[in-house]
Amino acid sequence: MKRTLSRRQFIRASAATAAGGMLLSFHIPALARATSFEPYADGHAEINAWLTIGSDDVITIRVAQSEMGQGVMTALPMIVAEELEADFRNVRAEYADANRSIRHGRVYQRMMTAGSGAVRLSRPYLQQAGAEARERLVKAAAERWNVSPAECYADYGKIYHRPTRRSINYGAIAADAAKVSVANVAIKSPEAFNLLGLPTRRLDVPAKVDGSAMFSMDVRVPGMRYAAVVHCPVLGGGLRSYRFNAIRNRPGVRQAIRLDNGVAIVADTFWQAKTAADLLPVDWNIGDAGKTFSDRILREFVSQLDQEGSVVVDEGRAVALMDDTEKTIESDYTAPYLSHACMEPLNCTVHVQTGRVDVWAGVQDPEATLNEVAKITGMAPADVYIHNCMLGGGFGRRSNIDFVREAVLIAMEVDVPVQMIWTREEDSRQGAYRPMTAIRFKAGFDLDKNLITYTNHSITPSILEQINPAATASGIDRSSVEGLANMPYAVANKRITHSIRNTHLTSWFWRSVGNSQNAYAMECFVDEMATAAGMDPLAFRRKHLADRPDMLNVLDVLEQKAEWRQAMPAGSAKGLAIHECYGTICAQVAEVTVSEEGDLSVDRIVSVVDCGNLVNPMTAEMQIESGVIFGLTAALYGKLTVENGRILETNFDTYRMVTMNEAPIMETHFALSGGDKWGGLGEPSTPPVAPAICNALYRIIGRRIRSLPIKDYYLRRA
Amino acid sequence: MARLRINGEVHEVDVDPSTPLLWVLRDNLNLTGTKYACGINQCGACTVMMNGHAVRSCVTSASEAEGFEITTIEGLSPDRSHPLQQAWIEEDVPQCGYCQSGQLMAAAALLRQKARPTDEEIDRAMTNVCRCGTYQRIRKAIHKAANKVNG
Repeated sequence: MKRTLSRRQFIRASAATAAGGMLLSFHIPALARATSFEPYADGHAEINAWLTIGSDDVITIRVAQSEMGQGVMTALPMIVAEELEADFRNVRAEYADANRSIRHGRVYQRMMTAGSGAVRLSRPYLQQAGAEARERLVKAAAERWNVSPAECYADYGKIYHRPTRRSINYGAIAADAAKVSVANVAIKSPEAFNLLGLPTRRLDVPAKVDGSAMFSMDVRVPGMRYAAVVHCPVLGGGLRSYRFNAIRNRPGVRQAIRLDNGVAIVADTFWQAKTAADLLPVDWNIGDAGKTFSDRILREFVSQLDQEGSVVVDEGRAVALMDDTEKTIESDYTAPYLSHACMEPLNCTVHVQTGRVDVWAGVQDPEATLNEVAKITGMAPADVYIHNCMLGGGFGRRSNIDFVREAVLIAMEVDVPVQMIWTREEDSRQGAYRPMTAIRFKAGFDLDKNLITYTNHSITPSILEQINPAATASGIDRSSVEGLANMPYAVANKRITHSIRNTHLTSWFWRSVGNSQNAYAMECFVDEMATAAGMDPLAFRRKHLADRPDMLNVLDVLEQKAEWRQAMPAGSAKGLAIHECYGTICAQVAEVTVSEEGDLSVDRIVSVVDCGNLVNPMTAEMQIESGVIFGLTAALYGKLTVENGRILETNFDTYRMVTMNEAPIMETHFALSGGDKWGGLGEPSTPPVAPAICNALYRIIGRRIRSLPIKDYYLRRA
Repeated sequence: MARLRINGEVHEVDVDPSTPLLWVLRDNLNLTGTKYACGINQCGACTVMMNGHAVRSCVTSASEAEGFEITTIEGLSPDRSHPLQQAWIEEDVPQCGYCQSGQLMAAAALLRQKARPTDEEIDRAMTNVCRCGTYQRIRKAIHKAANKVNG
């Protein structure tokens, strides 16, 4: 971490750039050399693109995923270190360089951090990288001792020669190891793991307790200025005119830059820029979206649930049978637009020079960012350097690089480095939101209350269509039907349909994406079906999950850990939900109390998780807790209101967050099925929270919560 | 101009006295450990101590801060040795970490007033927002630090 994040080095590096010289620190062209395996800076030998080893035995492992709190800067180095047989106390982490990756055949492979995929998708090649480095060290030691590599082995930071019991530290042989080559290296079998699965402290924590962790807003480049931006308050609207003369003489103000949908004010400090921008007279071209209201959009969605949608799943005779069954139930569920509300408002620092662009940002995909910046500036991708920082929250928002694009456009008009910061209010208004949704369920039961047929139609603005219109040619956005299309419950006749209805707001990936709203609706409706079937919610789920032993196992553990059958005092109840996404099953029981005055408290949430295998149980548990609080905030308070096209909730006073006094006791248990399954952990604990709470509330208030957030309901004990 | 005593050092800063202390720290003094997140006294990411009390620096002007002993996260200890920093490390509290400077400063102010706060006292004092949801670990770490200090 030291190498990556030291502020002193950052400033030193930047100073070198400003002087036109070579950068001397991390992610810099001097290090991203044309050929691999040369000595690394400061006496570190680069064993392969993923790691260096210093003569002091310090191992620096490159992380090609973004650290936004989920612990990749620890989990991914653990995967490499396991195969490397490293002493993890000597391991440091730094970001892999996107510039090098695009120049060297995408050596760092997947640099996009999304879909709970860091471990799930990069584990195999990280294991290979660690194993490859280990075998190089073995071979180099054997050559030095003039013995056969077969007689040597690696263990805990040393290479040993078995017959003579000689040993050598990695640091002493690293320079040689960088020069040898090995082929057909095998990775360890899971029984041989001695690091993966051990609770391991995070490598990024020390820098996060003394203020030294480098977030992009903390970047300080000599000579830099700051930009504040005012945007058209209605998304899709544009700038008509502004009067810079009204503010140009304010202290520190340097220039105004015209954007399509706003104006950037550049000043010596951010406060000078922001206060000037607040006073700037601006005339907007609001456009048609200025007449929209979220309540009206939602009503339209619900009314359109009657219409036919595109068919996602059609098995058996679902619709025909619905008329023949003894009993049917039908329910509509809705969920609102939501903000990511990352703690660190979006910001980006850019320095455009002749022949190169440097971008300091916290992004979920530095490689895509690099290519986009190249496109905007007309530079060759090889001349673009993305200095990814710690992300002050991501949750999907920082996979949309609208803010980087804007910062680059601003910086192209400024002859010094410039840091653009969106205020919380601008960040909220320029959001890329979890889309609103309306979902209708119908279920038909026979005389014996067996579930016979099931239909479901959802209406959602499309995320994928905005990225690639061809992705939704079938009329279905796959991300919008996650959790509905692949519902785990067995029913012989089912028909699942979907319709896309876009609005003027940008819809985007929000922690767990479609699963977030769909699991809420689905798992609440499963409780409704259980009631219709006259069954306990747990028993009903078990009956329809008979061919899912993994889910049954998770439910078994949850029943026990959450004391599902325990009687609860008046005004309190337990609710259940289970959902699978990103290769991981997460089931939860929420314990909820409604006071006689109608005040709600969520007292305890027990999560049982099957992600197959664990890399770091410590960060895994933290991710489950994190997802629970994220889901809880959304369930209790999350709602964006649009009036006249404008988002009303633009700061934490109106877009409320759960705070410590409202946080439930959280208990996390792992029911691991092992095997080849390495499921994701960043998202799967968010979807079950809302339905678990709503299902508990039903037992207290006798009403179903069919729209979120819960704060909109008047709660009264039944 | 403002004359500010921060982490034991006096700084003469050439700013409009109405500038929030937060931005003086960040932009004029490069003390970037103190974070901007809401700007309206809602989240506590900008919390610093003034004469040992937790103060939200986003709504405290430079002129209001004059004459106080201001402590930022950079001044909590020279080497992460403050019992809270130690407890934060031992309990692996931070996730994204962005709110944690403010959380630590709020907790440090709490421990100055209450050597051994109860859960309720912690809940009342710790109103800072953490979007990553580290609350359970923060509470545990505060108890741990309190126990460490008081044996």
